Amino acid sequence: MGLFLDALAWIFSPDRLTDNPSLPLLVVQHLFYTFVSVVIAALIAVPLGYLIGHTGRGREIAVGISGAARALPSFGLILLLVLVIGVTQKPLAAFIAFVLLAIPSVLAGAYSGLEQIDRRVIDAARAVGMTEWQILLRVEIPLGLPLLIGGLRAATLQVVATVTVAAYIGLGGLGLPIFAGLPLRRFDWMLGAALLIIVLALLLDGLFALLQHLVVPRGVTAGRVLDVRSSPVGRRAVVGTPAD
Amino acid sequence: MIEFRSVSKQFPNGARAVDDFSLVIPSRKTTVLVGSSGSGKTTLLRMINRMVDPTSGVIEIDGESILNRDPVKLRRSIGYVMQNSGLLPHFKVIDNVATVPVLNGVPRKQARAQALELLDTVGLDRELADRYPSQLSGGQQQRVGVARGLAANPNILLMDEPFGAVDPIVRAELQQETIRLQRDLDKTVVFVTHDIDEAFLLGDQVVILEEGAKIAQVGSPTEIMSNPASDFVADFIGVRQGKRALTIRETPRGKILVDSEGRAAGVLSGEFL
Repeated sequence: MGLFLDALAWIFSPDRLTDNPSLPLLVVQHLFYTFVSVVIAALIAVPLGYLIGHTGRGREIAVGISGAARALPSFGLILLLVLVIGVTQKPLAAFIAFVLLAIPSVLAGAYSGLEQIDRRVIDAARAVGMTEWQILLRVEIPLGLPLLIGGLRAATLQVVATVTVAAYIGLGGLGLPIFAGLPLRRFDWMLGAALLIIVLALLLDGLFALLQHLVVPRGVTAGRVLDVRSSPVGRRAVVGTPAD
Repeated sequence: MIEFRSVSKQFPNGARAVDDFSLVIPSRKTTVLVGSSGSGKTTLLRMINRMVDPTSGVIEIDGESILNRDPVKLRRSIGYVMQNSGLLPHFKVIDNVATVPVLNGVPRKQARAQALELLDTVGLDRELADRYPSQLSGGQQQRVGVARGLAANPNILLMDEPFGAVDPIVRAELQQETIRLQRDLDKTVVFVTHDIDEAFLLGDQVVILEEGAKIAQVGSPTEIMSNPASDFVADFIGVRQGKRALTIRETPRGKILVDSEGRAAGVLSGEFL
């Protein structure tokens, strides 16, 4: 218990504001790395995921690459990238590693969001005369949004935890007190920073949980609440294909 | 008038769904395509709005080949009603009905006003306008589907087993409603079903299909019932099994007609009058 109190005392000490870099700055750095990485990952993975989900093509490749990327050890990847790209490009190496870490979850959220939509709904949208863009914008994206947010949520959690290692290559963030405290056996620094990372992760997770709840389209929520007979929404057999 | 001329469809997997199919579908009548699964009836229907393109052959609407027309514009000019309604779950009823006019550029307010009138037309309470599809019964959803099909005031209405997923009572109700709508609105209706009774009830022209969209017989229900073209047709419509046979039975008060199960089906016209 004493260790926890020491850690809390370290966090709330006024010295943390005058440290160089200060603790609030480390928090800001940590969040900055997280958000930039997730945003870049989203810019790459969301259009790709939508392309896969809309056309139904390339899913196997995406799953394969995502699985492989998930298995990459981020710490090792950062060190490798620093060596490959050059020691002067450390931030770039770190961002590449974090983005690669975030892409699989976002990609899976984007395409599975589109994939889980009842094929008959999309078939009907096309049959009444929506263009492919209109199907994507008015039907697929709104109905797939909850799963996309879920993907962003998973990606953010992974990145916010992993950004800790950025300090190892001198980029700051909340990993700094941990790596600095390690050789000095300053457990209050290490535990204090770890606690802050946990708090950040929980806050971000709560925020995304709220967002995920908010973006469920009205009709879908209404049905779940009011129609007790409705079966759980899931993938159904493809109906309306011209097999008949 | 819709005309199929030597239309064939082979799917990429090699299945030949339609082989050299020719048919004239007259305007302002209801034509029912009826056949068991695998007869290609849905494929034929979906060729009319280019959801499926034929491998060879020509399909014309009023003398103009549809293969030269933009599929999206063509679809917006043709009403489409599908099984399980196919409504957009995140659109309110009113916006589902107004979908096509809004796509066509009609201002949303005006499209919604028209949609409200269409709810009246298909016999739905206007109070349902702000509900979501999941809050309606199956029969109500199907009516919304019909209203959406009618929204752009198309000349042609395609109906793909629209009443296949509702219970028999609602089904009978919707069938009567369809007959009434057709009488009032005078559309060219192409209707797909596997239920021969439904086909005879709704169709001015009934097309009985065998596997591969081979036409077994085309004609009015009277023509088909009185003169089945083949054993297949006779089997399909149930004449051979005697299902449609009515016999006259004498009763103390006069003659009545009895069906194949021995149930009273009606009286001979004039007997009691």
